[in-house]
Amino acid sequence: MHIKYESFVREPLVDGDKDYHQVSEDIVSPIEGKPGRMWYVGFFFSIALLLFGIFSVSWSVYWGLGTWGVNRTIGWGWDITNFVWWVGIGHAGTLISAILLLFRQGWRTGVNRAAEAMTIFAVMCAGQFPIWHMGRVWDAFWVLPLPNSRGPLWPNFDSPLLWDVFAISTYFTVSLLFWYSGLVPDFALIRDRAKTKFRKMAYGLASFGWTGTAKNWQRQEALALVLAGLSTPLVLSVHTIVSFDFATSVIPGWHTTIFPPYFVAGAVFSGFAMVNTLLVITRKILHLEEYITIGHLEAMNKVIVLTGSIVGIAYLTELFISWYSQSWGEMAAFQWRIMGPYWWSYWAMMTCNVVSPQLFWVKKLRRNIPFTFIMSIVVNIGMWFERFVIIVTSTYRDWVPGSWAYYSPQWPEVGFYLGTFGLFFTCYFLFAKYFPVIAVSEIKFVLKTSGDNYKRKMAALEEATAEEFIHTAHAGHEEEHAVVHH
Amino acid sequence: MAIKKFAVAAYDDEEVLFPAVHKVRHSGYKLHDIYTPFPVHGLDVAMGLKETDLHIAGFIYGLCGTSTAVGFISWIYTSDWAINYGGKPHFALPAWIPVTFELTVLFAAVGMVLTFCYLNQIMPGVKKHVFHPRQSDDLFVIALELNDHVSETEAIAFLKSTGAKETSVQVAEASWWYGRWDKAEEYEALNA
Repeated sequence: MHIKYESFVREPLVDGDKDYHQVSEDIVSPIEGKPGRMWYVGFFFSIALLLFGIFSVSWSVYWGLGTWGVNRTIGWGWDITNFVWWVGIGHAGTLISAILLLFRQGWRTGVNRAAEAMTIFAVMCAGQFPIWHMGRVWDAFWVLPLPNSRGPLWPNFDSPLLWDVFAISTYFTVSLLFWYSGLVPDFALIRDRAKTKFRKMAYGLASFGWTGTAKNWQRQEALALVLAGLSTPLVLSVHTIVSFDFATSVIPGWHTTIFPPYFVAGAVFSGFAMVNTLLVITRKILHLEEYITIGHLEAMNKVIVLTGSIVGIAYLTELFISWYSQSWGEMAAFQWRIMGPYWWSYWAMMTCNVVSPQLFWVKKLRRNIPFTFIMSIVVNIGMWFERFVIIVTSTYRDWVPGSWAYYSPQWPEVGFYLGTFGLFFTCYFLFAKYFPVIAVSEIKFVLKTSGDNYKRKMAALEEATAEEFIHTAHAGHEEEHAVVHH
Repeated sequence: MAIKKFAVAAYDDEEVLFPAVHKVRHSGYKLHDIYTPFPVHGLDVAMGLKETDLHIAGFIYGLCGTSTAVGFISWIYTSDWAINYGGKPHFALPAWIPVTFELTVLFAAVGMVLTFCYLNQIMPGVKKHVFHPRQSDDLFVIALELNDHVSETEAIAFLKSTGAKETSVQVAEASWWYGRWDKAEEYEALNA
């Protein structure tokens, strides 16, 4: 007997009676059918938001950034708040696909494809904000290391703002490559099943002519492993560099060494929340509850409570250090954060990010789907306020009391933000319709170890005595050994 | 580019596939390739394939990225256009770490993926013969290369004896070519 044994203590990753063909059917058939009414409603609503965003941005470019609420004291406002928020959300995809691959977390297989897609779309949204914040957007290419039209003057490689350009563009490229190299075999599956001419042609192109020889798969696994190894420090570096935008400055409230780890934890926190928001709905609409199980959602909720607690400790550490430094500027900055005119944003952040995720210590709540969904949105609201607190309430009362200011966004800024939701969800709806939202070949790879029906077959082994168990396991091993190394 | 004749067997279980691979290797038949719907661990060893060197290529690409970044920035800041940023040193290596790191990762990842595509001979527009439409779904397919000295019927009988669920003889292009997947090739008519 050939056994692939995994303890019953571990929940099955795939529920129901599945075989390889059923897995293909379940995941690919939504692509082959017509989308439901909900899909059309959601898709056209997203397109409408996107168009409104394009209108708002065009308005800002035509009339200039004077149409925004930002002023000389608070120069970054909603724009950079949204940038950091979207980049942070993007981190969950790479964390799931890369770090959990290195940690051999089997449950990542059900959610990695959708999470990576989300990463790519979130980074696309994030990239818009610094670009359109330039105002004279036609000069945006000046951030590239090209000698510009005024002579061989180069960008400043010592500046965190330029590091950001490199970090975000590298992150986008590498995530895209990682994602697509996993998609190629699944596109080949859709191509080989295709009944219509157009689908055969389109997925034939998208699958790059993949046929899945033993050598192809060997290289594919080597590639995935190395890309995971590269993406792991990359994902940490990206939000570290984003935090350098603040931490390398001398503004009280920004000038702290805690920023890089605190930003990375916050990014993972908000990213997992966004993954939960999307997957709770996706699994329901595409009937993938047997692949994205409650166990998957619970695992992500555990990550949320962990990273939420890290973020909470970071907030408290900031407060402690500002008092411990006995620096007037530091102490005032934090006092105004808590009790100044923007007190509501600080307390919204504290409630949503630190207090409410603690409810996830209760197992019943971690496994409750409506509660998970609500919490995932609460967390993302909280993380938006975190960035708002950092960006606005560190700058609104600066060194000269005469320049103290208050900031409220104007409609083009709000429209821009809504427009990125439009971009994000337009991409996500297209992804959910035309792409396999679960990595089919990876699910097949774990099916015989972690599938519900295969685990049930091992039930007899659970009750076997130690001697019987060893005998069966050994016999299975012998056979495999003989085949592989003979 | 060569059109060849193949004896093809499809198996529906890895546990049947592994002994079959073992028998094929000792039978004297020329193994063309094995197609599977997902990575089957141990299959490369069972077939006697070497471990891939793709990761070494990745390391070399990474080094190229590192040296490009350090070389480029230090050339700009020390000789091409040495700007004085608030009296800071021109050769400010620590400040270049982020860009150097990003370019290392970027070069390694892009280089590896391109090498991966090249070695696997995959690209948009590339077409290859699919021996069984379910080889990407739930079947494991072994293709043996036949020539004039090998009997078709014997090869098929041998494959059946290894537990194959389906067998067939196919004439097909052994390599890749440019083509559209919705268009049948001429030699596919030979199989009909």
